[in-house]
Amino acid sequence: MRSLAYTRFELVRTFRNGRLLVFSLGFPLILFFIIAAPNRNEHNFNGSGISIPLYYMVGLVAFGAMSGLISSGSRIATERTDGWTRQLRITPLKPSAYFFAKVGTGYALAGVTMILLHASGLALGVSLGAGRWLEMTGLIVVACIPFAVLGILLGHLLTADSIGPAVGGLVSLLALVSGTWFPLGSHGFLHDVAQFLPSYWLVRASHVSLGGQAWTAGGWLVVATWTVVLAILARYAYLRDTARV
Amino acid sequence: MLQTGALIRDVKVRELVAMMAALHPHPLGVDEALELAGLADIADRRTHKLSGGQAQRVRFAIAVVPDPAILILDEPTVGMDVEARRAFWLSVRAFAARGKTVIFATHYLEEADAYADRAILMSRGRVVADGPTTEIRARVGTRTIRATLPDVNASGLASLPGVTSADRRGEEIVLICSDSDAAIRALLDSRPDVRDIEIASAGLEDAFIELTTDPDGTSAEAEPQEALV
Repeated sequence: MRSLAYTRFELVRTFRNGRLLVFSLGFPLILFFIIAAPNRNEHNFNGSGISIPLYYMVGLVAFGAMSGLISSGSRIATERTDGWTRQLRITPLKPSAYFFAKVGTGYALAGVTMILLHASGLALGVSLGAGRWLEMTGLIVVACIPFAVLGILLGHLLTADSIGPAVGGLVSLLALVSGTWFPLGSHGFLHDVAQFLPSYWLVRASHVSLGGQAWTAGGWLVVATWTVVLAILARYAYLRDTARV
Repeated sequence: MLQTGALIRDVKVRELVAMMAALHPHPLGVDEALELAGLADIADRRTHKLSGGQAQRVRFAIAVVPDPAILILDEPTVGMDVEARRAFWLSVRAFAARGKTVIFATHYLEEADAYADRAILMSRGRVVADGPTTEIRARVGTRTIRATLPDVNASGLASLPGVTSADRRGEEIVLICSDSDAAIRALLDSRPDVRDIEIASAGLEDAFIELTTDPDGTSAEAEPQEALV
C-alpha cells in the first residue's frame, strides 16, 4: 500500500515535470527523425539488408530505455541534496519501496519513449512482426535492469550539480560503443570490449527485431553479473550515505 | 519536523501531504492537516512556488499529518517574518489544543514567553530553570521603567533609589529597577517633565540573562529550550 502510494506520487511528479519530459522523451524522437527521415527509403543499410528507419528506431528504443532508467534513479542525487531522502527516512516508508518507485518510474518513462518511437517508426513506414517485437521488448526490459540499478548507485555517489553531465556523458558513451549509432561488426577491438557491457546486450536485444540472434548464454551472464555487482555497490553507497545522518 | 531542506518539487501541497498521510498507519485527514497548518487556500500550489514561511508551514503539515503524540520542533520560525511567525504559532497552539505535546527549541525567547506553557532554560548543556514562564520571570526580581525624557544624563538617573542601572536610547531612558515603586516616585519628583511611562516586569530574556550571567559578568552562550504542553 505504502509502496504503491509512493510510486503513484513519483509518477505524478515525473510526468508533471515538463522539462524532464521534453528532454528525456523528445531527444530520442528528434534524433530519430533527423537520422531516419532523410533515409526513409534506404532499405540496405551498409549492405546489411536492413532499413535505416527500422535500425534507428529500435536502436533509439534501446537508447531511450537506458537513459530513462539511469536518469530516474540518478534523480536521487537531487533529492539527497534537497534533504528529501532524509525526510523520508523518518517515515515508515521502506528504502526498498523508495527504490521500487524510482525503478517503476524509470520503466514508465522508458515505456512512453518506446511507444512514441514505435509511432514515429510507423509514420516512416517501419513494420515489425508481433513475435519479433515481443521477443525484443522482453529482452529490453531485462537488459534495462542493470541500468536501473546503476541510476540508483549514481544517485547516491554524486551530487545534484554533477549528476547531469555524468549521466549524459555515460549514456552517450555506452550508446556509442555498444552499436546504437552504427553496426559494430562481428569482430575487432570495439566488438570484443563491448561484449562485456550490458549496453551491448541491450542493443543486441533491440536488434532481435532486425533478424539478429537472441541472447547467448554469455549475454545473460553479462547482464546478470553487472546487475549483481552494481546492486552490491549501490547498497554500499546507500549505507554510506544514510550513515551520515 | 526537520529544520531545513527544500521541499520536493513538482507536486502540489495537497498531494505531498496526502502521500505523507498514506505512509502512516493512523493519519489525520488530509484536509484537517492542511487546515491546521493554515494551508487550505494554497493546497493546490506547487511546492517550489512557496515563500519561506509557507514552505515551513508545509513542513509543519508533514510533521502533524501522522498524528503524533509528541511533536518536536527545532527552531521552527527561523527566517520567518512577523506575520508568518504568528500564523505558525497559532497552528502549533491549535495542535497542542488537541491534547498533544509540542517540544520546541528556540533562541527567540519572546516566542517561548508568548506560546509555551512550560519553559526549560539551558545554558552550557545544563538546565538553569524549569517551570511555567510566569514563574521563571518572577524569579528575576527586576522591573523595567521606560519613559521619554530628553536632555538628561543617564548616569545621573542610576543613582535614584531602587534603580540598579540606567541607559539612554535616543529620547528614551531605560531604568532597570530592583524596586520600581521607589524608583518611579523618585523619578517623578526629580523630573516632572517625564512622559510616556511604561513599567514592565522582566521578560524571559531578562530572566535568562540573569540566570546565566557568571559572577565575572560575562553572559553564557544561550541555548534556551522551551517545552509546551
